[in-house]
Amino acid sequence: MLKNYFKIAIAVLKRRKFFTFISLFGISFTLATLLVLTAFLDRIVNHEYPDAKRKQSLYISGIEERGERARSNSGLSISYIKRYVLPMKLPGAIAFSSRSNGTNTYFHGKKIGIDYKFVNSVFWDILEFDFLEGKPFTVQQEKNLEKVAVISQDLRDNYFGKDVPAVGQYLEANNEKYRVTGVVRNVPASTYMLSSDMYIPYTLTKDDMNTPSYFGEYAAILLAKKTSDIPAIKKEYEDIVRRVPHTQKRFLKTTSLADSYLDAYIRGGSQESKQKVWVYTALGIFISLIVFLPIVNLVNINVTRIMERSSEIGVRKAFGATRKALVYQFIVENIILTLIGGLVGLVLAQLVMIILNNADLIKNLHLSLNFTVLFIGLLTCLVFGFLSGVYPAWRMSRFPIVKALKA
Amino acid sequence: MIKLQNIEKVYRTDTIETLALNGINLHVAKGEFLSIMGPSGCGKSTLLNIMGLLDEPSKGELHIDGHTVTRLSDKELAGFRNKRLGFIFQSYHLINDLNVLDNVELPLLYRKVNAKERRRLAAAALEKVGLSNRLQHFPSQLSGGQKQRVAIARAIVGEPEIILADEPTGNLDSAMGNEVMDILIQLNQHDKTTIVMVTHDEQMARKTHRLVRLFDGSQVQ
Repeated sequence: MLKNYFKIAIAVLKRRKFFTFISLFGISFTLATLLVLTAFLDRIVNHEYPDAKRKQSLYISGIEERGERARSNSGLSISYIKRYVLPMKLPGAIAFSSRSNGTNTYFHGKKIGIDYKFVNSVFWDILEFDFLEGKPFTVQQEKNLEKVAVISQDLRDNYFGKDVPAVGQYLEANNEKYRVTGVVRNVPASTYMLSSDMYIPYTLTKDDMNTPSYFGEYAAILLAKKTSDIPAIKKEYEDIVRRVPHTQKRFLKTTSLADSYLDAYIRGGSQESKQKVWVYTALGIFISLIVFLPIVNLVNINVTRIMERSSEIGVRKAFGATRKALVYQFIVENIILTLIGGLVGLVLAQLVMIILNNADLIKNLHLSLNFTVLFIGLLTCLVFGFLSGVYPAWRMSRFPIVKALKA
Repeated sequence: MIKLQNIEKVYRTDTIETLALNGINLHVAKGEFLSIMGPSGCGKSTLLNIMGLLDEPSKGELHIDGHTVTRLSDKELAGFRNKRLGFIFQSYHLINDLNVLDNVELPLLYRKVNAKERRRLAAAALEKVGLSNRLQHFPSQLSGGQKQRVAIARAIVGEPEIILADEPTGNLDSAMGNEVMDILIQLNQHDKTTIVMVTHDEQMARKTHRLVRLFDGSQVQ
């Protein structure tokens, strides 16, 4: 029976080439979009370079002070980190880093844009950067205010030349010369909390490290000794934040959250508790629309397509097909159609990813079709085929035989 | 074999009620070849559709081989049509996307018959109607007479006890019409299949055992 359904599905696809094109285009375009999107999300959620201990870590991306008429939020200042974060008892280690700042430098007449971050030396203990050469700067160098830096592979290749050893050499940025202590594998720009071209000891910052303000440009990473300590660390930080005095009279409430990587990523520094819900809701609506609209379109096309075949439906019913058998037949046909669309979608997605990777729109972000993405793609195909086939199939299976034969 | 008791069929729209069949009482005996005649719109096809369980009467009872079939579920009706009835339509109603053999196999798809056996039975039915050399052809590659013979093969492949034919020769020229009629007579005589045929053709009707005439939804002969 399946063979018979397969034959007729292929014949119908060949017969109405325009409908087939529209259906396949809808399915493959949607699937390609979904696949690229899931590849992107997969890269953000599951790609754990350089923070391999992500599940064991909490991220404090900012702080907010709020009054009746005033509201300010920002990253953390170093003084806040020193006063309220570093003294925490439960974390095994605490790293912090500034957001990326940009500067230009010139080398042999070539202008090179550099993103740099100030980080503490623990940063190198918590995060597992791949050192292509050299090593991180030490706590001693940090204390001694030594002008040292760890640079990315990209910066080394741009500044010193491709694969030219950089350790021990000097690099000029912001009118300062930094000695390179190590070169690390590039971090994709999508991992914005950690990616940079150059990592400099925070002690070299020109910021006031004793400012009373809580607002600055830093984020902190709290590494738990074991994953089960995470809730207790969260609680410890919550208790600290509750006791933090307000910096100005107009502020009545201070909020700063220690989040998981994904929550901190989505929050993007905002301490608004609804922010996360908004982002998840927006993402959910976006994905639902991407999936839902083509399904509605497919249902429409399928209704037309199936109604065209009402004579066949009448004949099948006259010769003993039950409603269930007809629904089954049309769902199988639809799944075949969507699987073909799925294959085209896979090829399209692969092409789009190659184009995106080559264009380097998001620096060092290399999208690829992995097993998760493939699995999601195949599952989506099947769900598509099923959903877009059920309603038309159900509708036509209830069509009276005599009317179907006359149509 | 087929017993109709006081069958009525009313078609209703928002504004009009049309009485298509009015108090039809008819008995078709086992092995009988009955023809139904009457002017266009008199209810011939409606009556045949009701006998074939393709349509429901508004009133009255229908018994086939002792079973009351007017109150069966969709699944029971489908099973009944599949095993006991075969249909031949004026416009053939072959599935253009399937070849001749696949078209003839169709009723067997809804029985638990394996693919090999389905092929064998379909080929045998096509041989009976003289189309063994057209198994892989598609309907668009056949003449009207050949299409109707494929339709007959499809109707008989499941060896139903009753064949219902709605103007089977209506779209054919007289030579082809006679060929088709000969096959039906053969089926009736050799296989003892009960046949009810709607026709406009007096000459064809005379070849059957009995003729029923309808006028304005009522039986007049």
